[in-house]
Amino acid sequence: MDRHVYLDHAATTFVKKEVLDEMLPYFAEKYGNASSLHRDGREARAAIDRARSRTAGAIGARDEEIIFTSGGTESDNLAIKGVAEAYEQKGRHIITTKIEHDAVLNTCEYLEKKGFEVTYLPVDEYGLVSPETLEKAIRSDTILISVMFANNEIGTLEPIDKIGEIARAKNIIFHTDAVQAVGSVPIDVEKMKIDMLSLSAHKIYGPKGTGALYVKKGIKLSPQSHGGAHESKRRAGTENVPGIVGLGKAIELAGANIGGYAERLRAMREKLIRGIQENVSDVRLNGHPEKRLPGNANFSFEFIEGEALLLLLDMAGISSSTGSACTSGSFKPSHVLSAIGLPAEIAQGSVRFTFGDANKEGDADYCIEQIIKIVQRLRAMSPLFAQEKGMRKNV
Amino acid sequence: MSEMSYNEIVLEHFTNPRNVGEIQDPDGEAILTSKVCGDMMKVQIKVENGAVADIKFKTFGCGAAIASSSIATEMVKGKTVEEALKITNNAVVDALGGLPPAKLHCSVLAEQAIKMALEDYVNKHKQG
Repeated sequence: MDRHVYLDHAATTFVKKEVLDEMLPYFAEKYGNASSLHRDGREARAAIDRARSRTAGAIGARDEEIIFTSGGTESDNLAIKGVAEAYEQKGRHIITTKIEHDAVLNTCEYLEKKGFEVTYLPVDEYGLVSPETLEKAIRSDTILISVMFANNEIGTLEPIDKIGEIARAKNIIFHTDAVQAVGSVPIDVEKMKIDMLSLSAHKIYGPKGTGALYVKKGIKLSPQSHGGAHESKRRAGTENVPGIVGLGKAIELAGANIGGYAERLRAMREKLIRGIQENVSDVRLNGHPEKRLPGNANFSFEFIEGEALLLLLDMAGISSSTGSACTSGSFKPSHVLSAIGLPAEIAQGSVRFTFGDANKEGDADYCIEQIIKIVQRLRAMSPLFAQEKGMRKNV
Repeated sequence: MSEMSYNEIVLEHFTNPRNVGEIQDPDGEAILTSKVCGDMMKVQIKVENGAVADIKFKTFGCGAAIASSSIATEMVKGKTVEEALKITNNAVVDALGGLPPAKLHCSVLAEQAIKMALEDYVNKHKQG
Protein backbone atom coordinates (compact mmCIF):
# COMPACT_ATOMS: atom_id res chain seq x y z
CA MET A 1 0.00 0.00 0.00
CA ASP A 2 2.10 2.87 -1.29
CA ARG A 3 -0.61 5.45 -1.59
CA HIS A 4 -0.42 8.21 1.00
CA VAL A 5 -3.29 10.63 1.48
CA TYR A 6 -2.67 13.26 4.13
CA LEU A 7 -5.99 14.47 5.52
CA ASP A 8 -4.80 16.08 8.72
CA HIS A 9 -3.93 19.62 7.63
CA ALA A 10 -5.64 21.03 10.72
CA ALA A 11 -2.95 19.27 12.78
CA THR A 12 -0.11 20.65 10.71
CA THR A 13 1.02 21.25 7.13
CA PHE A 14 4.22 20.76 5.17
CA VAL A 15 6.53 23.75 4.69
CA LYS A 16 6.24 25.13 1.16
CA LYS A 17 9.39 25.32 -0.91
CA GLU A 18 9.13 29.09 -1.36
CA VAL A 19 8.88 29.42 2.43
CA LEU A 20 11.80 27.12 3.14
CA ASP A 21 13.93 28.87 0.50
CA GLU A 22 13.45 32.21 2.23
CA MET A 23 14.20 30.72 5.65
CA LEU A 24 17.36 28.80 4.84
CA PRO A 25 19.87 31.70 4.61
CA TYR A 26 18.91 32.76 8.15
CA PHE A 27 20.36 29.63 9.72
CA ALA A 28 23.99 29.57 8.67
CA GLU A 29 24.67 32.67 6.56
CA LYS A 30 22.56 35.52 7.90
CA TYR A 31 22.75 34.43 11.52
CA GLY A 32 22.87 37.82 13.21
CA ASN A 33 21.02 38.67 16.39
CA ALA A 34 18.37 41.27 15.55
CA SER A 35 19.25 43.18 18.74
CA SER A 36 22.86 43.74 17.62
CA LEU A 37 23.82 47.08 16.14
CA HIS A 38 26.32 45.77 13.57
CA ARG A 39 25.57 44.80 9.97
CA ASP A 40 24.72 41.22 10.89
CA GLY A 41 22.20 42.42 13.44
CA ARG A 42 20.73 44.94 11.04
CA GLU A 43 20.31 42.24 8.42
CA ALA A 44 18.30 40.10 10.87
CA ARG A 45 16.29 43.12 12.01
CA ALA A 46 15.39 43.97 8.42
CA ALA A 47 14.19 40.40 7.85
CA ILE A 48 11.99 40.54 10.96
CA ASP A 49 10.60 43.92 9.93
CA ARG A 50 9.69 42.55 6.51
CA ALA A 51 7.97 39.54 8.09
CA ARG A 52 6.12 41.83 10.47
CA SER A 53 4.78 43.92 7.60
CA ARG A 54 3.68 40.83 5.72
CA THR A 55 1.93 39.42 8.80
CA ALA A 56 0.24 42.70 9.63
CA GLY A 57 -0.81 43.17 6.01
CA ALA A 58 -2.43 39.75 5.86
CA ILE A 59 -4.90 40.59 8.64
CA GLY A 60 -5.34 44.32 8.18
CA ALA A 61 -3.21 45.31 11.17
CA ARG A 62 -0.36 47.78 11.61
CA ASP A 63 3.21 46.53 11.83
CA GLU A 64 3.69 47.61 15.44
CA GLU A 65 0.60 45.61 16.44
CA ILE A 66 2.28 42.26 15.69
CA ILE A 67 4.19 40.32 18.38
CA PHE A 68 6.05 37.23 17.20
CA THR A 69 5.73 34.19 19.45
CA SER A 70 6.57 30.50 19.45
CA GLY A 71 3.10 29.58 18.11
CA GLY A 72 -0.62 29.55 18.70
CA THR A 73 -0.41 28.27 22.26
CA GLU A 74 1.99 30.99 23.38
CA SER A 75 -0.09 33.64 21.59
CA ASP A 76 -3.23 32.49 23.42
CA ASN A 77 -1.40 32.41 26.76
CA LEU A 78 0.10 35.85 26.23
CA ALA A 79 -3.22 37.35 25.13
CA ILE A 80 -5.34 35.97 27.95
CA LYS A 81 -2.92 36.08 30.88
CA GLY A 82 -1.40 39.31 29.59
CA VAL A 83 -4.76 41.10 29.56
CA ALA A 84 -5.97 39.46 32.79
CA GLU A 85 -2.93 40.73 34.69
CA ALA A 86 -2.89 44.15 33.05
CA TYR A 87 -6.59 44.82 33.69
CA GLU A 88 -7.29 43.03 36.95
CA GLN A 89 -7.86 46.34 38.71
CA LYS A 90 -10.76 46.92 36.33
CA GLY A 91 -12.29 43.49 36.78
CA ARG A 92 -11.65 39.76 37.01
CA HIS A 93 -14.29 38.29 34.73
CA ILE A 94 -13.53 36.61 31.40
CA ILE A 95 -15.95 35.21 28.83
CA THR A 96 -14.98 32.36 26.53
CA THR A 97 -16.66 29.28 25.04
CA LYS A 98 -16.85 25.59 25.82
CA ILE A 99 -15.30 24.67 22.47
CA GLU A 100 -12.03 26.60 22.59
CA HIS A 101 -8.70 24.94 21.99
CA ASP A 102 -6.97 23.68 25.13
CA ALA A 103 -4.51 26.57 24.83
CA VAL A 104 -7.39 28.91 25.71
CA LEU A 105 -9.39 26.60 28.00
CA ASN A 106 -6.47 25.55 30.16
CA THR A 107 -5.21 29.13 30.38
CA CYS A 108 -8.66 30.19 31.59
CA GLU A 109 -8.72 27.35 34.11
CA TYR A 110 -5.33 28.49 35.37
CA LEU A 111 -6.69 32.02 35.83
CA GLU A 112 -9.69 30.64 37.71
CA LYS A 113 -7.25 29.18 40.23
CA LYS A 114 -5.73 32.64 40.51
CA GLY A 115 -9.10 34.14 41.45
CA PHE A 116 -10.51 35.14 38.06
CA GLU A 117 -14.04 34.18 37.11
CA VAL A 118 -14.64 32.62 33.72
CA THR A 119 -17.94 32.13 31.88
CA TYR A 120 -17.80 29.29 29.36
CA LEU A 121 -20.50 29.96 26.79
CA PRO A 122 -22.44 27.00 25.41
CA VAL A 123 -22.79 26.38 21.67
CA ASP A 124 -25.68 25.05 19.60
CA GLU A 125 -25.74 21.66 17.83
CA TYR A 126 -23.58 23.08 15.02
CA GLY A 127 -21.01 24.52 17.40
CA LEU A 128 -22.16 28.13 16.99
CA VAL A 129 -21.93 30.64 19.82
CA SER A 130 -24.98 32.88 20.16
CA PRO A 131 -24.09 36.59 20.17
CA GLU A 132 -27.22 37.23 22.26
CA THR A 133 -26.11 34.76 24.93
CA LEU A 134 -22.69 36.34 24.88
CA GLU A 135 -24.11 39.81 25.33
CA LYS A 136 -26.13 38.64 28.33
CA ALA A 137 -23.03 37.15 29.92
CA ILE A 138 -21.23 40.50 29.97
CA ARG A 139 -20.89 42.02 33.44
CA SER A 140 -19.51 45.29 34.73
CA ASP A 141 -16.29 43.50 35.68
CA THR A 142 -15.81 41.67 32.36
CA ILE A 143 -12.37 42.49 30.99
CA LEU A 144 -11.96 40.03 28.14
CA ILE A 145 -13.96 38.04 25.61
CA SER A 146 -12.10 35.20 23.88
CA VAL A 147 -13.96 33.33 21.11
CA MET A 148 -12.21 31.25 18.49
CA PHE A 149 -12.55 32.25 14.83
CA ALA A 150 -12.99 28.66 13.64
CA ASN A 151 -13.15 25.47 15.62
CA ASN A 152 -10.26 23.09 15.11
CA GLU A 153 -12.30 19.88 15.40
CA ILE A 154 -15.60 20.52 13.65
CA GLY A 155 -14.57 23.56 11.58
CA THR A 156 -17.46 25.79 12.63
CA LEU A 157 -16.93 29.47 11.85
CA GLU A 158 -18.09 31.66 14.72
CA PRO A 159 -19.97 34.96 14.20
CA ILE A 160 -16.79 36.94 14.81
CA ASP A 161 -17.96 40.25 13.33
CA LYS A 162 -21.10 40.24 15.50
CA ILE A 163 -19.07 39.42 18.61
CA GLY A 164 -16.60 42.16 17.69
CA GLU A 165 -19.48 44.59 17.38
CA ILE A 166 -20.80 43.71 20.85
CA ALA A 167 -17.40 43.79 22.51
CA ARG A 168 -16.49 47.15 20.97
CA ALA A 169 -19.85 48.67 21.97
CA LYS A 170 -19.30 47.51 25.56
CA ASN A 171 -15.64 48.53 25.51
CA ILE A 172 -14.41 45.02 26.32
CA ILE A 173 -11.25 43.57 24.81
CA PHE A 174 -12.00 40.89 22.21
CA HIS A 175 -9.45 38.15 21.51
CA THR A 176 -9.87 35.46 18.90
CA ASP A 177 -7.82 32.32 18.36
CA ALA A 178 -7.64 32.31 14.56
CA VAL A 179 -5.04 29.55 14.25
CA GLN A 180 -7.33 27.43 12.05
CA ALA A 181 -8.91 30.28 10.13
CA VAL A 182 -5.90 32.24 8.89
CA GLY A 183 -5.17 31.29 5.30
CA SER A 184 -8.61 29.75 4.74
CA VAL A 185 -10.89 32.67 5.55
CA PRO A 186 -10.34 36.40 4.80
CA ILE A 187 -9.63 38.28 8.02
CA ASP A 188 -9.61 42.02 8.64
CA VAL A 189 -9.10 42.91 12.29
CA GLU A 190 -10.18 46.51 11.67
CA LYS A 191 -13.49 45.66 10.01
CA MET A 192 -14.21 42.75 12.34
CA LYS A 193 -13.39 44.83 15.42
CA ILE A 194 -10.91 42.27 16.72
CA ASP A 195 -8.57 43.53 19.45
CA MET A 196 -6.28 40.52 19.68
CA LEU A 197 -5.73 37.59 17.35
CA SER A 198 -3.59 34.46 17.66
CA LEU A 199 -2.10 32.81 14.61
CA SER A 200 0.40 30.09 13.86
CA ALA A 201 2.80 29.47 10.96
CA HIS A 202 2.66 25.69 10.74
CA LYS A 203 -1.03 25.58 9.84
CA ILE A 204 -0.37 27.68 6.72
CA TYR A 205 2.64 25.87 5.20
CA GLY A 206 5.15 27.65 7.42
CA PRO A 207 7.48 26.26 10.09
CA LYS A 208 6.48 24.84 13.47
CA GLY A 209 7.45 26.83 16.54
CA THR A 210 6.49 30.24 15.15
CA GLY A 211 3.35 32.26 15.55
CA ALA A 212 2.14 35.75 16.21
CA LEU A 213 -0.23 37.69 18.38
CA TYR A 214 -1.89 40.80 17.01
CA VAL A 215 -2.59 43.32 19.75
CA LYS A 216 -4.51 46.45 18.82
CA LYS A 217 -2.65 49.64 19.57
CA GLY A 218 -3.52 50.98 23.03
CA ILE A 219 -4.21 47.64 24.66
CA LYS A 220 -2.04 46.96 27.68
CA LEU A 221 -0.43 43.57 27.97
CA SER A 222 1.47 42.20 30.92
CA PRO A 223 4.45 40.27 29.50
CA GLN A 224 4.54 36.57 30.29
CA SER A 225 8.26 36.10 29.81
CA HIS A 226 10.76 38.46 31.37
CA GLY A 227 14.12 39.37 29.95
CA GLY A 228 15.29 41.69 27.21
CA ALA A 229 13.32 44.42 25.50
CA HIS A 230 12.37 42.32 22.48
CA GLU A 231 9.04 42.75 20.69
CA SER A 232 8.43 46.16 22.29
CA LYS A 233 9.00 44.69 25.76
CA ARG A 234 6.06 42.35 25.39
CA ARG A 235 7.87 39.10 24.62
CA ALA A 236 11.44 38.73 25.83
CA GLY A 237 13.89 36.41 24.10
CA THR A 238 16.11 36.50 21.02
CA GLU A 239 13.86 36.37 17.97
CA ASN A 240 13.57 33.13 16.02
CA VAL A 241 14.66 34.84 12.81
CA PRO A 242 14.34 31.90 10.36
CA GLY A 243 10.95 30.99 11.84
CA ILE A 244 9.69 34.56 11.67
CA VAL A 245 10.90 34.87 8.07
CA GLY A 246 9.04 31.63 7.31
CA LEU A 247 5.84 32.89 8.92
CA GLY A 248 6.08 36.12 6.93
CA LYS A 249 6.44 34.31 3.63
CA ALA A 250 3.78 31.70 4.45
CA ILE A 251 1.18 34.27 5.45
CA GLU A 252 1.94 36.39 2.39
CA LEU A 253 1.45 33.37 0.11
CA ALA A 254 -1.75 32.41 1.94
CA GLY A 255 -3.20 35.90 1.63
CA ALA A 256 -2.44 36.14 -2.09
CA ASN A 257 -4.33 32.96 -2.82
CA ILE A 258 -7.07 32.68 -0.22
CA GLY A 259 -10.09 32.47 -2.54
CA GLY A 260 -8.68 29.84 -4.87
CA TYR A 261 -7.32 27.79 -1.99
CA ALA A 262 -10.63 27.76 -0.16
CA GLU A 263 -12.51 26.85 -3.35
CA ARG A 264 -10.20 23.93 -4.14
CA LEU A 265 -10.45 22.57 -0.60
CA ARG A 266 -14.19 23.00 -0.50
CA ALA A 267 -14.63 21.00 -3.72
CA MET A 268 -12.61 18.05 -2.37
CA ARG A 269 -14.30 18.25 1.02
CA GLU A 270 -17.81 18.33 -0.47
CA LYS A 271 -16.99 15.31 -2.59
CA LEU A 272 -15.94 13.41 0.53
CA ILE A 273 -19.05 14.43 2.46
CA ARG A 274 -21.36 13.43 -0.39
CA GLY A 275 -19.55 10.14 -0.92
CA ILE A 276 -19.78 9.21 2.75
CA GLN A 277 -23.39 10.28 3.21
CA GLU A 278 -24.48 8.37 0.10
CA ASN A 279 -22.60 5.17 0.86
CA VAL A 280 -22.41 4.74 4.64
CA SER A 281 -25.43 4.33 6.92
CA ASP A 282 -25.69 5.73 10.45
CA VAL A 283 -23.20 8.51 9.91
CA ARG A 284 -23.39 12.08 11.12
CA LEU A 285 -21.60 15.17 9.84
CA ASN A 286 -20.47 17.24 12.81
CA GLY A 287 -20.31 21.02 12.56
CA HIS A 288 -22.27 23.48 10.47
CA PRO A 289 -23.28 22.50 6.91
CA GLU A 290 -22.13 25.85 5.45
CA LYS A 291 -20.47 27.96 8.14
CA ARG A 292 -17.35 25.80 8.30
CA LEU A 293 -13.71 25.84 7.29
CA PRO A 294 -13.39 24.87 3.63
CA GLY A 295 -11.10 21.91 4.27
CA ASN A 296 -12.83 20.41 7.31
CA ALA A 297 -15.06 17.34 7.44
CA ASN A 298 -15.85 15.67 10.77
CA PHE A 299 -17.97 12.52 10.87
CA SER A 300 -19.34 10.30 13.61
CA PHE A 301 -19.67 6.72 12.44
CA GLU A 302 -22.07 5.02 14.80
CA PHE A 303 -21.29 1.65 16.41
CA ILE A 304 -17.53 1.87 15.89
CA GLU A 305 -14.69 3.51 17.73
CA GLY A 306 -12.67 6.30 16.15
CA GLU A 307 -9.20 5.08 16.98
CA ALA A 308 -9.81 1.68 15.40
CA LEU A 309 -11.01 3.46 12.26
CA LEU A 310 -8.03 5.81 12.34
CA LEU A 311 -5.56 2.90 12.63
CA LEU A 312 -7.07 1.02 9.70
CA LEU A 313 -7.18 4.21 7.63
CA ASP A 314 -3.51 4.73 8.49
CA MET A 315 -2.74 1.23 7.26
CA ALA A 316 -4.48 2.18 4.01
CA GLY A 317 -2.23 5.24 3.79
CA ILE A 318 -4.79 7.81 4.98
CA SER A 319 -3.82 10.18 7.81
CA SER A 320 -6.75 11.46 9.87
CA SER A 321 -7.54 12.41 13.46
CA THR A 322 -10.10 11.33 16.06
CA GLY A 323 -11.95 12.80 19.02
CA SER A 324 -12.56 9.42 20.61
CA ALA A 325 -12.18 9.09 24.36
CA CYS A 326 -9.72 6.24 24.32
CA THR A 327 -7.26 8.24 22.23
CA SER A 328 -7.47 11.49 24.15
CA GLY A 329 -5.76 10.07 27.22
CA SER A 330 -8.45 11.69 29.37
CA PHE A 331 -11.01 8.92 28.67
CA LYS A 332 -13.61 11.54 27.91
CA PRO A 333 -14.80 12.18 24.39
CA SER A 334 -13.74 15.49 22.88
CA HIS A 335 -15.05 18.51 24.78
CA VAL A 336 -16.19 20.00 21.47
CA LEU A 337 -18.33 16.98 20.56
CA SER A 338 -19.78 16.94 24.07
CA ALA A 339 -20.58 20.66 23.80
CA ILE A 340 -22.58 20.16 20.57
CA GLY A 341 -24.62 17.55 22.44
CA LEU A 342 -23.28 14.39 20.86
CA PRO A 343 -23.88 11.34 23.11
CA ALA A 344 -20.61 9.80 24.32
CA GLU A 345 -21.00 6.54 22.40
CA ILE A 346 -21.51 8.42 19.13
CA ALA A 347 -18.68 10.85 19.84
CA GLN A 348 -16.49 7.74 20.25
CA GLY A 349 -16.79 7.06 16.53
CA SER A 350 -15.72 10.51 15.36
CA VAL A 351 -12.99 11.11 12.82
CA ARG A 352 -11.80 14.38 11.35
CA PHE A 353 -10.50 14.79 7.80
CA THR A 354 -8.88 18.11 6.86
CA PHE A 355 -7.87 18.86 3.28
CA GLY A 356 -5.04 21.09 2.14
CA ASP A 357 -2.29 21.54 -0.40
CA ALA A 358 -0.94 18.03 0.10
CA ASN A 359 -4.11 16.73 -1.56
CA LYS A 360 -4.83 16.15 -5.19
CA GLU A 361 -7.70 15.10 -7.39
CA GLY A 362 -8.76 11.58 -6.53
CA ASP A 363 -7.84 11.72 -2.85
CA ALA A 364 -11.45 12.13 -1.77
CA ASP A 365 -12.51 9.16 -3.93
CA TYR A 366 -9.81 6.95 -2.48
CA CYS A 367 -10.78 8.02 1.03
CA ILE A 368 -14.47 7.28 0.41
CA GLU A 369 -13.63 3.83 -0.95
CA GLN A 370 -11.46 2.98 2.08
CA ILE A 371 -13.89 4.38 4.65
CA ILE A 372 -16.75 2.27 3.24
CA LYS A 373 -14.65 -0.91 3.54
CA ILE A 374 -13.22 -0.17 6.97
CA VAL A 375 -16.50 0.94 8.55
CA GLN A 376 -18.13 -2.25 7.28
CA ARG A 377 -15.31 -4.35 8.71
CA LEU A 378 -15.42 -2.72 12.14
CA ARG A 379 -19.19 -2.83 12.33
CA ALA A 380 -19.09 -6.54 11.60
CA MET A 381 -17.19 -6.98 14.87
CA SER A 382 -19.18 -4.44 16.87
CA PRO A 383 -21.63 -5.73 19.49
CA LEU A 384 -23.43 -2.37 19.30
CA PHE A 385 -24.09 -2.76 15.59
CA ALA A 386 -25.39 -6.31 16.09
CA GLN A 387 -27.70 -5.07 18.86
CA GLU A 388 -28.95 -2.18 16.78
CA LYS A 389 -29.60 -4.35 13.75
CA GLY A 390 -31.61 -6.87 15.78
CA MET A 391 -28.96 -9.45 16.60
CA ARG A 392 -28.90 -10.90 13.11
CA LYS A 393 -26.88 -14.01 13.82
CA ASN A 394 -24.65 -15.55 11.18
CA VAL A 395 -26.05 -13.41 8.43
CA MET B 1 -1.35 11.16 25.41
CA SER B 2 2.21 10.38 24.49
CA GLU B 3 3.52 6.95 23.64
CA MET B 4 0.31 5.96 21.96
CA SER B 5 1.98 3.74 19.42
CA TYR B 6 1.34 0.01 19.36
CA ASN B 7 3.87 -2.77 18.89
CA GLU B 8 3.81 -5.32 16.06
CA ILE B 9 1.94 -8.02 18.03
CA VAL B 10 -0.84 -5.60 18.99
CA LEU B 11 -1.16 -4.35 15.44
CA GLU B 12 -1.19 -7.88 14.06
CA HIS B 13 -4.01 -8.97 16.41
CA PHE B 14 -5.88 -5.75 15.75
CA THR B 15 -5.63 -6.20 11.97
CA ASN B 16 -6.39 -9.94 11.99
CA PRO B 17 -8.40 -10.52 15.14
CA ARG B 18 -8.98 -14.17 16.09
CA ASN B 19 -12.35 -15.51 17.26
CA VAL B 20 -14.54 -12.67 16.04
CA GLY B 21 -18.16 -13.69 15.70
CA GLU B 22 -21.05 -15.24 17.52
CA ILE B 23 -21.96 -18.72 18.80
CA GLN B 24 -25.45 -20.19 18.34
CA ASP B 25 -26.74 -21.41 21.72
CA PRO B 26 -23.68 -20.53 23.80
CA ASP B 27 -23.10 -22.23 27.16
CA GLY B 28 -22.04 -18.95 28.68
CA GLU B 29 -22.06 -15.32 27.56
CA ALA B 30 -21.46 -11.81 28.83
CA ILE B 31 -21.48 -8.26 27.60
CA LEU B 32 -19.43 -5.67 29.43
CA THR B 33 -18.87 -1.94 29.00
CA SER B 34 -15.66 -0.35 30.25
CA LYS B 35 -16.31 2.27 32.90
CA VAL B 36 -13.07 3.94 31.90
CA CYS B 37 -13.66 4.70 28.21
CA GLY B 38 -17.02 3.25 27.15
CA ASP B 39 -15.58 0.42 25.06
CA MET B 40 -17.74 -2.70 24.97
CA MET B 41 -17.00 -6.41 24.60
CA LYS B 42 -19.37 -9.31 24.12
CA VAL B 43 -18.10 -12.85 24.77
CA GLN B 44 -19.76 -16.20 24.09
CA ILE B 45 -18.36 -19.62 24.97
CA LYS B 46 -19.07 -23.23 24.20
CA VAL B 47 -17.92 -25.71 26.87
CA GLU B 48 -17.25 -29.38 26.20
CA ASN B 49 -15.94 -31.82 28.84
CA GLY B 50 -15.26 -28.95 31.23
CA ALA B 51 -13.06 -27.11 28.72
CA VAL B 52 -13.58 -24.03 26.55
CA ALA B 53 -14.24 -25.68 23.20
CA ASP B 54 -15.06 -22.47 21.39
CA ILE B 55 -15.06 -18.79 22.18
CA LYS B 56 -16.22 -15.83 20.09
CA PHE B 57 -16.24 -12.11 20.72
CA LYS B 58 -17.47 -8.82 19.34
CA THR B 59 -15.83 -5.62 20.49
CA PHE B 60 -16.68 -1.95 20.12
CA GLY B 61 -13.40 -0.32 20.92
CA CYS B 62 -10.00 0.98 20.03
CA GLY B 63 -7.03 -0.92 18.63
CA ALA B 64 -5.91 -2.07 22.08
CA ALA B 65 -9.40 -3.28 23.00
CA ILE B 66 -9.72 -5.34 19.82
CA ALA B 67 -6.18 -6.75 20.10
CA SER B 68 -6.75 -7.61 23.79
CA SER B 69 -10.04 -9.33 22.91
CA SER B 70 -8.32 -11.35 20.20
CA ILE B 71 -5.32 -12.55 22.21
CA ALA B 72 -7.27 -13.13 25.44
CA THR B 73 -9.80 -15.35 23.67
CA GLU B 74 -6.90 -17.27 22.12
CA MET B 75 -5.35 -17.72 25.57
CA VAL B 76 -8.41 -19.35 27.14
CA LYS B 77 -9.43 -21.46 24.18
CA GLY B 78 -8.93 -25.17 24.96
CA LYS B 79 -8.30 -24.53 28.66
CA THR B 80 -10.51 -26.01 31.38
CA VAL B 81 -13.00 -23.54 32.81
CA GLU B 82 -11.04 -23.45 36.11
CA GLU B 83 -7.79 -22.68 34.30
CA ALA B 84 -9.47 -20.14 32.06
CA LEU B 85 -10.85 -18.29 35.10
CA LYS B 86 -7.27 -17.67 36.24
CA ILE B 87 -6.53 -15.38 33.29
CA THR B 88 -5.28 -11.97 34.37
CA ASN B 89 -5.07 -8.71 32.48
CA ASN B 90 -1.31 -8.72 33.12
CA ALA B 91 -1.04 -12.02 31.28
CA VAL B 92 -2.98 -10.49 28.40
CA VAL B 93 -0.67 -7.47 28.31
CA ASP B 94 2.41 -9.72 28.46
CA ALA B 95 1.12 -11.86 25.62
CA LEU B 96 0.68 -8.70 23.56
CA GLY B 97 4.25 -7.67 24.32
CA GLY B 98 3.00 -4.63 26.24
CA LEU B 99 0.44 -1.87 25.76
CA PRO B 100 0.81 1.91 26.03
CA PRO B 101 0.15 2.93 29.69
CA ALA B 102 -3.08 4.76 28.79
CA LYS B 103 -4.36 1.57 27.15
CA LEU B 104 -3.87 -0.90 29.99
CA HIS B 105 -7.56 -0.68 30.94
CA CYS B 106 -8.42 -2.22 27.55
CA SER B 107 -6.83 -5.49 28.69
CA VAL B 108 -8.95 -5.35 31.85
CA LEU B 109 -12.10 -5.19 29.72
CA ALA B 110 -11.08 -8.36 27.85
CA GLU B 111 -10.14 -10.21 31.03
CA GLN B 112 -13.33 -9.28 32.85
CA ALA B 113 -15.72 -9.93 29.97
CA ILE B 114 -14.22 -13.39 29.47
CA LYS B 115 -14.42 -14.14 33.21
CA MET B 116 -18.04 -13.02 33.24
CA ALA B 117 -18.88 -15.37 30.35
CA LEU B 118 -17.12 -18.23 32.19
CA GLU B 119 -18.98 -17.42 35.40
CA ASP B 120 -22.23 -17.31 33.47
CA TYR B 121 -21.48 -20.86 32.35
CA VAL B 122 -20.57 -21.95 35.90
CA ASN B 123 -23.78 -20.46 37.33
CA LYS B 124 -25.99 -22.03 34.69
CA HIS B 125 -24.20 -25.33 35.13
CA LYS B 126 -24.75 -25.29 38.91
CA GLN B 127 -28.44 -24.71 38.48
CA GLY B 128 -28.38 -27.79 36.35
